[in-house]
This record gives sequence, structure tokens and C-alpha cells, in this order.
Amino acid sequence: MKMEAEKRFDTVDMMLNMGPQHPSTHGVFRMVLTIDGEKIVAVEPHIGYLHRGTEKLCEGEYYLQIVSLFDRLDYISSFNNELAFVIAVEKLMGIQVPERAEYIRVIMCELNRIASHLMFYAAFGADAGAITPFLYAFREREQIQSVFEAVSGARMMHNYFRVGGVIEDLPPDFGDRMNKLIPKLKQGIQECDDLLTGNEIFIARAKGVGAISAADAIDFGMSGPNLRACGVLEDIRRSEPYSVYPTLDFDIPAGQNGDCWDRYMVRMEEMRQSLRIVEQAIAEMPQGPVIAPQVRKIVKVPKGEVYVRVENPRGDFGVYLISQGGDKPYRVKIRGASFCNLMTLKKLLQQCYVADCVVVLGSLDIVLGEVDR
Amino acid sequence: MTGELLLSALGVVGMLLFLTVTTFALVWIERKFLGHIQMRLGPMRTGYHGIMQPVADALKLLFKEDFIPGSSDRLIFWLAPLAVFVPAFLIWVSIPFTKELVIRNLDMGIFYIVAVSVVSIIGLVMAGWGSANKYALLGGARAAAQLISYELPLIMVILSVVMLSQSLDLKTIVEKQAVIPYVLLQPLGFLIFLFASLAEVGRTPFDIPQAESEVVGGPFVEYSGIRWSIFFLAEYVNTFAVGVLGALLFLGGWNWPLLPPIIWILVKSYFLVLVIFWMRATFPRLRIDQLMSLAWKVLLPLAFLNILIVGAHQFYRWPAWSLSLISLVVVLAVGYRLRWRRIAGTSRLGLSLATERRLANDRTP
Repeated sequence: MKMEAEKRFDTVDMMLNMGPQHPSTHGVFRMVLTIDGEKIVAVEPHIGYLHRGTEKLCEGEYYLQIVSLFDRLDYISSFNNELAFVIAVEKLMGIQVPERAEYIRVIMCELNRIASHLMFYAAFGADAGAITPFLYAFREREQIQSVFEAVSGARMMHNYFRVGGVIEDLPPDFGDRMNKLIPKLKQGIQECDDLLTGNEIFIARAKGVGAISAADAIDFGMSGPNLRACGVLEDIRRSEPYSVYPTLDFDIPAGQNGDCWDRYMVRMEEMRQSLRIVEQAIAEMPQGPVIAPQVRKIVKVPKGEVYVRVENPRGDFGVYLISQGGDKPYRVKIRGASFCNLMTLKKLLQQCYVADCVVVLGSLDIVLGEVDR
Repeated sequence: MTGELLLSALGVVGMLLFLTVTTFALVWIERKFLGHIQMRLGPMRTGYHGIMQPVADALKLLFKEDFIPGSSDRLIFWLAPLAVFVPAFLIWVSIPFTKELVIRNLDMGIFYIVAVSVVSIIGLVMAGWGSANKYALLGGARAAAQLISYELPLIMVILSVVMLSQSLDLKTIVEKQAVIPYVLLQPLGFLIFLFASLAEVGRTPFDIPQAESEVVGGPFVEYSGIRWSIFFLAEYVNTFAVGVLGALLFLGGWNWPLLPPIIWILVKSYFLVLVIFWMRATFPRLRIDQLMSLAWKVLLPLAFLNILIVGAHQFYRWPAWSLSLISLVVVLAVGYRLRWRRIAGTSRLGLSLATERRLANDRTP
């Protein structure tokens, strides 16, 4: 009897279900952790709680309507998603987009990238346990949002890009707004940096946590800032340039170790680079029409197929579009950056602590709308 | 005898009232203070600058459903808030606010306080176990590990104060600081006290048992309404206790000129409490293994070193300034080491693709 009681003292691993209702899973993501005390033994990600069948929905909508579906994929960086789709349609139709529209698109996309990275900063701080970064980042993001509202009429789900350009020109006070916004953003990003980056505890929490090698990252199909944090200089704005990016002057930051710290630092630097792009684009933006004249109300696309990649704030966002002629696409396949980035989670969380799990997930900066589509 | 008993009872009632009001004040101060640090206003709607917000919060909590999970261990679930709440209030019996204002001053006051406050660990573990929730269990286990680890440096550093003052009586300890508060004599001891007691009350950056981002409230995850508010009350009372004890042990208690003693003790305590809130606003949370290594590899050795320094000072009758000098040197050395690590840690990005500006006509269509 006594022996039996002693035998019962051997420990078993505990299964801990995290999500889909959990404050740190960035939406409706669910992880089933197997933990030995505080150490993670295994992790099983479960996705699909936000599946809305966007790809299928696209097959039943007009090209004009699909733009608004793309807003809802990665809802933190709507402009970048819209861009991928309209470029795909334009390539099939062979439309030359007016210069001014291209510049407007780039300005919007880069502001969107800053807003998205600020959101990352906010959530990452909260994941590490700091509460103030959230409000600092949201103060800056709010200013960008109000510019978006002035330009497109909506704070989210902008539905602003059109096949062949953008729906309407920038508001007359856009220049003044940007002149005020850019210095404020520069200062704001610096303040965010000062608040969190040098913090001893933050460094301890992020440095060396959730590291992945460049080879593994490429094998998993990681992209964007997460891949660049491993030291791979891959940015679609450079490697497969689209829009007016080749004429613009910017650096691509990259890390070395591929850990949470490098992912964080890459994003902080990217915000500054995006500001540089915005400044140049505003200075070089020509006057002129904002939508190609040959685009009709009902867009009809000739038969063909095309794959377009853009550099979304989360990485490589691809659209594979097949048209069999007519006003609706035959098939739209979306390659989500968050989806591929998220798939590395199992690898990243090996030998981590329970507390690391939220930090690593936060550092990947996923948006469930794009993962589940 | 009856008169004395009546007086004590009156004192206890007065203390309970005072602590409740203090908790309300602290809740309001914390919300406003955090709000202003985070560039927002904090509560504004309830009364002048939201002064009635804690009352509104308390009323809301009172009217909430008192939910007990079906699979919980009911007795333990029910007892846990009491096991946290009672020690949190018991320690106030022997905390003097001024020379006269104390319910029952004990010769071994500080010893009693340390001994009683440890009991609240059991309450957290009970809450974690009784909730029948894995997050709560994890939180309870964290609480047990953390509080027991930080009890040691805390006791060691209190011991060094006792060595300096040659007394366990809080009144005597304060009177010994009439000229020089102990924070000047042993800044190292004060810092250890601050960190260890922050961990004891589970405030940021040591709020690991409650960590919202991982274990969503830890031991309290299944508690709601009035039961949860008892934990909440105990947490704020404990935070204030850290402020008052810090003021008594290191900042010279009620002895400073001009203002009446009761004002001084409150000013000093609230100052310490504000420092704690300030840390909450700026710091992320440590991880459990980092927390443990901080306790066992940094704070505990430093606390022993602090005792050695004080002991040597007492034994060889060195002048007071030598003690503060040695203590300050140790603090600076530790700070320098941390700073060095920080600089090594924040290596900027390694690579960056050099800017290459292509001509506009090179553009791919």
C-alpha cells in the first residue's frame, strides 16, 4: 500500500488550453500546451475560428466588391491587402495606373505599415506585461487613423483602392495634415522606443527567446519582418518591386539571431524607414488623374491567370487570380503571411516557458483574419 | 481592564475604517496616476475628477453574481479569501503611525508583522487549488514559489535594520532614526527591501502569479464579485503596508520637522506607494525563472552582504558615513553591472540592406 502511494508521486504533464477566449492570443487563436511545471513540452496550435470563406466569397462577387473583402483579411493593414488584389487585376487587364495614384497608394500603404507596427508594439508590450506602451502606441496610431479617415472615409475597412487607381483624389488639406503628422510620428516612435527598448526586464524577456535559424525560417515559409530578423534580406519591395517603390530610397533592416528581440527591433526600424518613404513620396507626387481612364464601372477581366506578391507589414502577401473572362473571378487564392509565420510556432516554443509563449506569439505579429481567411 | 479592551476594540474598528478609506484613496490615486502617465485622464465622470470611482467600483462588485465553479473544492474556495484578508489586516494591529497612535505596540513588532504576513501565501495557494482551474493552479504554484523565495531577502534586510537599531520594536526603530534615516545609512538595504516587498505583494514587475497576459489573473481567475474584491482589498492594504513599513524602517517614520508626525508618516508612505505605481506603469513583467534567479542569485547574496556590512560597522564601531559609503559603493557596482549588461544586450540591428536608388525608368511595369 505504501509503495503504491509512493508510486503515485511521479508527475504527469499538464495540458493547458489557451484560447480561443484568452486575452493574449491576439484574436481567436487557440493553443493546446502540454506543460511540465512552467516548461512547455509540446504545443498544438488550432486555427480556423475566424474562417469566413473569403476565397470562395470572391468567386461570387464583382471585382469592385472583392476589394472590400480584402480589407477584412488582415484588418490591421487593409491598404496593403487591397493593393495586392488591384495589382493582380491590373496585370491581367494590362492597365497602366496613373503616376499620382501609384504615389497615393504607396503613401497609404506605408502609413498603414507604421500603424500596423505600432499595433505590434502595443500588443507586444502588453504581452510582456507592460501596460503603458499600449497607450503610447495607440496615441500615434490614432493620428494615422484620422488621416485614413480623411482620405478614404473610413478608419478601418477603407475600400479606397480601385482597379486602375484609387477612388478619389486626396483631400485638399492632405499636405498640411502630413506636415503636422510626420514630425509628430517621428517623435512618437522615438518616445515608444525610449519607453520600452532599453528596459532591462524587456530585454531579458525578449532576447534569445523563440529563436529560429534563417534556414528553418525559409523552410517554414516565414516572411516579412520575422524572416528579416533571422538575417535574410528579403523584401518584396526590393526583390520583386511593384508600384513606385524602385524610385524610392529606403533601407531594409535585418536582425541576426531571429529571436523576439530582433523581430521587435526590425519592426521599430521599419517604422522609421516607412516614414522616409512617405516623406519622399509626398515630395515627388505629381499632379494628374488618380484612376486610369479605360476602367469601367463593371470591370471585365480577360481570360488568364496571375500571381502577385506584395510586402504586407506581416510579410509576403500573395494573390493568385484566375479569370475566365467576365465580371467575376474564377478562383482567388490568397497566400497569407501570418498563416505561414504562425506555423513556426511549434518550432519556436520548444523549451520555452509558459510566459514566453505569449511573448513569442506576440512577436510573430499575426492577425487571425488573415490566418483563417 | 474592560476599559482597555474597549479602547482596543475601538482602535480596531478605527483601523478597519482607516484601511478601507485608504484602499479607496489608493484605487483612485492609482487610476489617476496611471492615467496621467499614459496620457489619458483616468476616471472623470463620477464626482470631481472621478473621486467617487472607487465607491462605484465597490458597489458594482457588491452587486455582481457570487459565482462558485461547480467542480471547485468549496470549503477551500470559500476560505481562501479569508486566509489572504485576515493576515493583511492583522499586521496593522502593531504598526505605529506616531508615537501614540498604535493599537497595540509590541516589543517584537516587526517580528510579529513578518510572521503574520507570511500566512497570506497559504491563502493564494488555497485559491489556486480550490478553484479547480488550471490557470488558477499555475498562478497558485507561482505565488507559493515567489512569495517564499522573496520572504528570505526581505527578512534578511529587516534583520539588518534591527541590527542597526538594536531593537525589534518599531517605535524604537523609528526613534533611532530621529537624526539620520536608515535609507541614508544603507541605500542597498532600502533597495533590497523595496524589490523584495514588491514581490511579496505581487505588484509589477513581479506580478507573475496574477500575470494577466498568461494566466489571466492566476489564483483569482474564478473569483467574482465580493470574494474577488476581498482579494483586491487585501492587495491594496498590503501595498500600503509596504509603504508604511518602508517609511518606518528606512525613511525615519514620523520624525521630520515642521509638520505634525502623522502627516510625515502619511507623506512618506504615499510617496513609496506612488513609486510602486510608477513602476507598474513603466515596467514589463519578469518571467518566473528570471524572478527566481533574481531572488536567489542577486537579492539574497546582497542581503547577506548587507548584514555583513552592518555587522562589521557595529562591531568595529565605524562612523556612520563609512556605512553609507560602503552601501552606496555596492549599489553603484550592482547598477554598473546591470547597465553594462543592458548596453551589451541592446546591440542594434546587425545587417541592413544598403540604400540603392534606382532610376525611375528602370521600373518594372
